[in-house]
Parts: sequence; structure tokens; C-alpha cells
Amino acid sequence: MFRPRPECPRTVAVTVEGGTVTVPAGASAAAAVLAAGFDSIRVTPGEGVERAPYCMTGVCFDCLAEIDGVPNRQSCMIEVRPEMRISRQMGARVIIPTTG
Amino acid sequence: MTVELAIIGAGPAGMAAAALADELGLETVLIDEQGSPGGQIYRAVELADPGTPLGADYLAGRPLAAALRTSRVDYRPSTTLWHVGPEGTLLLETAGRTEILTARRILLATGALERPAPLPGWTLPGVMTAGAAQILLKSSGLVPEGRVVLAGQGPLLYLVAAQLARAGATPVALFEATPLRNYLAAVRPVAGWRAGRQLLIKGLGLIAAVKRAGVRIRRDVRGLRAVGQRRLERVAWEDGELAADYLLLHEGIIPNVQVSLALQLRHGWDEAQLCWRPSVDAWGQTSLPNIAVAGDCAGISGAEAAVLTGRLAALDAAAWLGHIGAAERDRRAAPIRAALDREQAFRPFLDRLYRPSRSAMVPTDDEVIACRCEEVSVGEIRRATQLGAHGPNQLKAFTRCGMGPCQGRICGPVVAAIAADMLGKSIAEIGTWRPRTPFKPITVGALADLEASDSAAAPGV
Repeated sequence: MFRPRPECPRTVAVTVEGGTVTVPAGASAAAAVLAAGFDSIRVTPGEGVERAPYCMTGVCFDCLAEIDGVPNRQSCMIEVRPEMRISRQMGARVIIPTTG
Repeated sequence: MTVELAIIGAGPAGMAAAALADELGLETVLIDEQGSPGGQIYRAVELADPGTPLGADYLAGRPLAAALRTSRVDYRPSTTLWHVGPEGTLLLETAGRTEILTARRILLATGALERPAPLPGWTLPGVMTAGAAQILLKSSGLVPEGRVVLAGQGPLLYLVAAQLARAGATPVALFEATPLRNYLAAVRPVAGWRAGRQLLIKGLGLIAAVKRAGVRIRRDVRGLRAVGQRRLERVAWEDGELAADYLLLHEGIIPNVQVSLALQLRHGWDEAQLCWRPSVDAWGQTSLPNIAVAGDCAGISGAEAAVLTGRLAALDAAAWLGHIGAAERDRRAAPIRAALDREQAFRPFLDRLYRPSRSAMVPTDDEVIACRCEEVSVGEIRRATQLGAHGPNQLKAFTRCGMGPCQGRICGPVVAAIAADMLGKSIAEIGTWRPRTPFKPITVGALADLEASDSAAAPGV
């Protein structure tokens, strides 16, 4: 669990796994997942084990998540926006065919 | 669109280079993946509270960001460089779209990354780098709750411990990995003692503050591992264990050479810092005439030095593009060089003191994950070398290590160290990956967008 510091005003409300969490402006989507109380952010496509953000600096890709419906986003490098929808990424992604 | 100078990375080197290049009249674009300037060291510094537990050194990034904001630099946040073609063609991705930009000159200021610190259980949730915990404090005002343990070595380890203590999340323990022989090696006379005095006092002050805060410091811990089912539950070592909710690892930082390697710039192995870095002249000029590098991606020297090497590269770019003469470049560079000499004089001391031990670079346990993306173990890497793989690029083909989304950024140094150890060669002989375009994963949509964005420029890429 990560807890917020009092000197950082939390002003941006986002959705993590369907629930609302409010984080400071400038926070990353990965941080919002941790602030929402989740230990892990993805399940690996191979071994099916849980992972959490490891580097937070755009290097390790262990923070891959689905943001506003787009999978495989590097959530530690993406700043929160009001009403952003963040989902954890469980296992391998599938291609969903769309028409038109 | 064609510009004179494109700078990649808005950390201290990139911000300083961009502001000076603009002042010298260069049409400058600054490209950065993050949403605001600062890089990792000054991440989210513009929004920082003046009383931040991160301290005054962090706030030193504010004037750099302010100078960038007031300049005419075409600053492009949330933008990822994914390819550099001949003639300085840059392919950029922003919000899923591709943009093509041509730059007469390119300055790479891609910074550093924390040296991967593989140990048993390092992939468990609850284990992250010390730098990651610091970023959470910097940009999101979050601190880990529960029992926090730090392990490894380097200036950042004590800094993060002190910052967490100031932020009300005092770690329970810090396991320092620095071997005793490093202390003996470090105190060899270096020219930089005078210049390094302040840094040394600051470092000793940090260690004292960490002790005062009640953090238990141990230097005799061997065989450290992270243990837990679905997340970290405890840290264990040869003759003990400790319940823990978070384990923060750090083994120093190394240059981020993903782009410079992909561009096939000449690189050399730095035996003092145990890392690859591009070969450059005193201005940061690389082996390609239109490309320079500045800051920690050219070798670890710290944020203050990065500002100075950024400015030197900006002066050289101005001369190269004909905005100033060589004499003016040299005249303006003189005080910057003097300051840089002072900054770098103490570096050999830090390099010797915090030289990673062999066990930090080559995990002994075969079960340890080497490639986090493709979930390839150290044992699989060892077996592949026994089957005949003779270097990192072949190990990729044998085991898929380095072929996941991080493109080998994390496992590269680990795989090379294991291979060198197995084959009885030096890492310099073994070599490193040859990364390729795209520098970061992009969507099919961004690729398809390439033709739409500028079909006239596409054949040149």
C-alpha cells in the first residue's frame, strides 16, 4: 500500500479497475494504481504471475496497463488526466477485430 | 518540418542545452517522453512544494525548467522518438500519431537508468528500485506504507532513505552492499579531494540523518533474497530474515544507451563505471557527424555536470551550424569547462567506492529471473552459453531474453555479465545487444500513420 503525503493536493480523479481514486496533478497512471491500493498492475503473459511497477522511469515495462481502452501502455510514463480509465493488464493481450 | 537542432530528453542536460541553443539563435526542438520537463532527477519539479521532503538539491531543477518555459524552444512533451533515419529524419509518436521531423543536428540527452539488481524474488510485487520509490514521492506524493527495507549501494540509496524518513515513512533497515575493499580502494589519492569535500560532507550528513531516523544499517548481509507468495512478505539472507512490505533495490546508475546503440554510434566499455558509453570528444561529438550526446547518457557524472555538458554541446552545435565562430565557442566554453572539471574531479572516488561486486552483477542462483519481460532465468542463460551461444545477440535467439517489450533495457547488462562469466571473457569482449527501430514499442496505428503524416518524407526514412 502506498499512502499520499499531506503536502500534495490531490486534484485529479481517475478510475482504476472501476473505482475512483484521486491523485495529485502530474502523477502517473502507474502511481494511481498503487494509490488505489493494488499491489500488482499486471499478470505476465508467460508464467501468469503478478507484477508491479519496478523502475517507474520508462525502462522496465513491468507497469504495462490498459489506459482508456488501449492495452500495453507504459503507465509510469503517462500522466493522469481527469476521468482517465485505468485497468490492470491480466495476461496476454488479444486482438479484437473491429469492422469498418 | 525541418529544424536546426533536435534535443532528445528534457532532463538537466537537455533543458540546459535547449535554453542555451535558443539564446544562441538556433531553431531548437526539445523532445521528451514525460508530460513535464525535469527528466528523472527533477521529475515533476515544477509542481514541487517548497517544503518538499525531497530537499533543496531537487528544487535546483526549477530554474532550468523555468528557463526552458520562457525560451522560444519548441518543447514537445509526451512525445517518443522511435526512429532516426539518414539525414536527421526523426520519427516521433505522440498520442498514437506519428510525426516526421528533420533536424540538421541531433543531441541525445537520454540520461541514465538504475543498474538492474537481480536477486531471488526481485520480480515480486513489493520489490522495486529505490529510484522508483523516489519517483513516486516526486511526481505523485506517495510513500510506501509498512516495513520498508533498502538494499544495495550508491549515493541514491541513502538519499532515498533520508527522504522517506523526512516524508514520514522511515525505512526499518538499510543493507549496504559496498564491499570493505571498495572503501580501501576509494581512499587512494584522487585529485578531486578539495572539490569533493562538499559532496563528502553532504554524503556523511545523509548517512548520519538516516541513522538518527532509526534506520538499522547492516553491512554484513550475504545472499539477500525477496520471499513471498503473491507479493513480498519478507527479506531473507544467509543467517537471518526480516518481515518486509517493500524492498527497494539500488546498485548505482548506468548510461541509457538504447538509442545511441541503435544508431550504431561508436561505443566503448567503461571499466571504471562498468557500463557501455558512446565514444565522444570534449564537446560530446559522437562518431556520426550530425549527432552529439550530453549528460549521463555519455557516462555518469551527475545532474550538475549534465547541465554543463549540455551547454558545451549547445555551443558546439551553434558553431557547427554557423551561428558562432570557433573562437567564440571556445571563449564561452572556458568557464563551463572549469566548472565541469571541478564537478568531475571527485567522480573516480565515487566510482571506486560504489563499484558493484561480482555477485551484484552475476546472480549465483540459477532460479533468478534474468529477463523480466520474457521470464528467462539465469540458469537458462547459463545453459544456452554451454550449448554454444557466444554473446548477448545469440543468447537472444536461443532464449528470447531481451525480446520482450523493454527490448533488453533491463536484462542487457545482466545477460552480458552472465555470458562473460560463463565464457571466461570480459564484458568488453562479449559486447552488447544491437537494439533496433522502433526504440520503443509503438502501435500498428502509429506505424500506419507514417504514410499519412508525410508521404513525401517517407521514402527517406
